[in-house]
Amino acid sequence: MYTRINLSSVFVLDQDEALDFYVGKLGLEVDTDADLGFMRWLTVRVPGDPGRKILLERPGPPSMPEETAAQVGDLLTKGAAGGWIGLATDDAQQTYETLKGRGVEITDEPTQKGYGIDFGIRDPFGNKLRIGQLHEG
Amino acid sequence: MMTPGEQTNRLLLRARDRIDRDYAKPLDIPALARIALASEAHFIRSFRRTFGETPHRYLQRRRVERAMWLLRATERSVSEVCLDVGFTSFATFSRTFREIVGESPSSYRTQGPPPAVPTCFEKAWSRPSSFGQAGRVAAT
Repeated sequence: MYTRINLSSVFVLDQDEALDFYVGKLGLEVDTDADLGFMRWLTVRVPGDPGRKILLERPGPPSMPEETAAQVGDLLTKGAAGGWIGLATDDAQQTYETLKGRGVEITDEPTQKGYGIDFGIRDPFGNKLRIGQLHEG
Repeated sequence: MMTPGEQTNRLLLRARDRIDRDYAKPLDIPALARIALASEAHFIRSFRRTFGETPHRYLQRRRVERAMWLLRATERSVSEVCLDVGFTSFATFSRTFREIVGESPSSYRTQGPPPAVPTCFEKAWSRPSSFGQAGRVAAT
């Protein structure tokens, strides 16, 4: 029925700041950055992987009332909004060192697990990300 | 652009992340308050208002959660686990563990190795949600 997941999204509170983090610090690239009038459609992707995009969506009207957007912002900055992203790498330790050097907030140091080695970071808004060097299969 | 309330939340979350990372070290309220750009008293009040418990209680449950994981995932002795997660008294560790989990560390260990999931999920979902109620529930 389905062939793949091609798009997912996380809430961000400032799309310019999100761009600076996800592209400038994390090393993703912009897939689309378009002013649609009613919203700024901003997606990023892993370089070389055009098939999977992440929408960096700003909560707010008219998509949701101001008071709901405030609730989303409250939850997001408490780390409780639920959005998170998993990124695969072929060298977790090197990626960790690179991101640490760029001032990215590390929440979990690289840890060996049954599925590989991974570590955790947060974006500027409270979303968590896992970056893992995963065993094949 | 974050609102002042969101900025405060985010700073408190950064401080909470520091507790999660440094759980085996003594609770350093002055350092955490600096992360949150607040006075110590204001930090403790704000943390409680935002996350529903004091930094001290958050740390205790984090330590017990890490102990639960170490007991199941490693072969370290119970007394080594006690020290690994930051308790300095074995009696306090055993009492706190039993109070929160409802059974002794040795008994808990018999569950065997946990499945491997990313650490942040493990930390978030296996941190005991009760504090002190487990024993009373088990006794009823």
